[in-house]
Amino acid sequence: MNTQDHISQAYNDELEEVRSKVLTMGGLVEDHFQGATKALLKGDTELASDIAKYDYKVNALEVEIDDDCTSLIARRQPTAGDLRNVFAVIKIVTDLERIGDESEKIASFVTELSVDTKSMTIYNSLKSMIKTAREILSAALDCYARLDAKQALEVAKLDEDLDSNFNDLKRTLITYLIEDVKNIEDFIRVMWCARSIERVGDHAKNICQYVVYVAHGNDIRHITDQKD
Amino acid sequence: MPNQDELELLQELGDTVGTPKLKEKVRMSCNHVDVFYNETAQAIFDVSVDLGKNQILAMIGPSGCGKSTLLRCLNRMNDTIDGCIVNGEITLDGEDIYNKTIDPVLLRANVGMVFQKPNPFPKSIYDNVAYGPRLHGLTKNASELDDLVEESLTKAGLWKETKDRLNKPGTGLSGGQQQRLCIARTIAVKPEVILMDEPTSALDPIATATIEELMYDLKSSYTIAVVTHSMQQAARISDRTAYFHLGRLVEVNNTDDVFTNPEHKLTENYITGRFG
Ligand SMILES: Nc1ncnc2c1ncn2[C@@H]1O[C@H](COP(=O)(O)OP(=O)(O)O)[C@@H](O)[C@H]1O
Ligand SMILES: [Mg+2]
Repeated sequence: MNTQDHISQAYNDELEEVRSKVLTMGGLVEDHFQGATKALLKGDTELASDIAKYDYKVNALEVEIDDDCTSLIARRQPTAGDLRNVFAVIKIVTDLERIGDESEKIASFVTELSVDTKSMTIYNSLKSMIKTAREILSAALDCYARLDAKQALEVAKLDEDLDSNFNDLKRTLITYLIEDVKNIEDFIRVMWCARSIERVGDHAKNICQYVVYVAHGNDIRHITDQKD
Repeated sequence: MPNQDELELLQELGDTVGTPKLKEKVRMSCNHVDVFYNETAQAIFDVSVDLGKNQILAMIGPSGCGKSTLLRCLNRMNDTIDGCIVNGEITLDGEDIYNKTIDPVLLRANVGMVFQKPNPFPKSIYDNVAYGPRLHGLTKNASELDDLVEESLTKAGLWKETKDRLNKPGTGLSGGQQQRLCIARTIAVKPEVILMDEPTSALDPIATATIEELMYDLKSSYTIAVVTHSMQQAARISDRTAYFHLGRLVEVNNTDDVFTNPEHKLTENYITGRFG
């Protein structure tokens, strides 16, 4: 479903502009998550507080895109593929904004951690979770950029890997919690971070599902959920 | 023999997609209808579509695609056009309306028509509504006729505004009121189906909204087919939408589906305002 070929060139431009804003927002959110997780792995508190700036930009863009969509609906009354396009944008920016929030949470836990995650036994599983989440997010945004529904279905499946990584990590952490009571606070902080990383995967999966919706008009959200 | 361009176009148009035929609750039915204005000018090509009971079917498409032509076939208004030939079968409650035994005048009472420009007769409001019932002898006496006029004006949402001026000329009403008067005139003869050809294109948005609201109310008693060049109107009021292109019926589907996820590329192009 492209945004072009309308009799009204202004309409083409408006749809394309919203789309490009979503891509910009996606890029910012990706950098934000990248930075937050890098800070987590390196114990880099300076980086962690530095990336808060992303949040303002992302929130401002969300408001702007929402306004654009409201005005598109009021003025153009989009139908069919155009309607699905606008509807998907509204949903996608919500997921993007939430990914920003999760990144923000991760960054704030990094500044509170009293130990380096490197010294923790779960470091490697945390690292691999982060790798998977980054891959899903970047692939999901790529699918949106190219409106590639087929690929989006594949990417959405990767979220299952991330969920099972998270469950493994959670079980491991629980055994440490029991054995190493004096570090309990750090364990809980890491647990929250892992939880946020897992949520980022969910939001990326939602984005994939909206790509399928834009392309084919079918709502696959709950079809895939049932299979989980 | 069609030339290469025509063949390509035909291929692009393909067969009608969606659900042109209904399994149940069929009131009118077109089966393989072709319409010619003369030997060489074919306006409708092999159209099959059902009108469901108590439903509104919206007919949309670029101008000249044959919407009015097909609509006029449904009550044999085309009979009055010299040289016009209708092939195929059109039925009302299972009965072929082109059958020799059918009286077109009675048919047009059963299948009423409302036009684009409100066209009240140059008579009083009362006589406009009473015209059909008198013609068809629907009432036994004056008080029955009074009742029928009141009932029809009430159904058309015009009674309150006109009950104190029934003897004033219908042409003195506003555009929207005149259109409702024409609707009252149509329903006074107790039709089963109401055909409307761009009924609001000469009206302002408020009068349009009133007519649309009226159509919504009317569908509980009648079956309605409406030709409209406003896609938003089709989206607002109809249960099913039929998209026509160059005399072919391209797609019929539930209106929700047509406006969120049409099956045919040409439907999509038209309703999204793209180059076809
Ligand atoms: N009375 C007529 N005589 C000859 N051709 C006609 C007549 N009415 C319509 N047509 C032709 O039939 C085609 C369909 O017209 P019409 O049904 O009025 O289209 P629409 O209502 O979709 O705009 C057009 O090409 C038109 O020129
Ligand atoms: Mg017409």
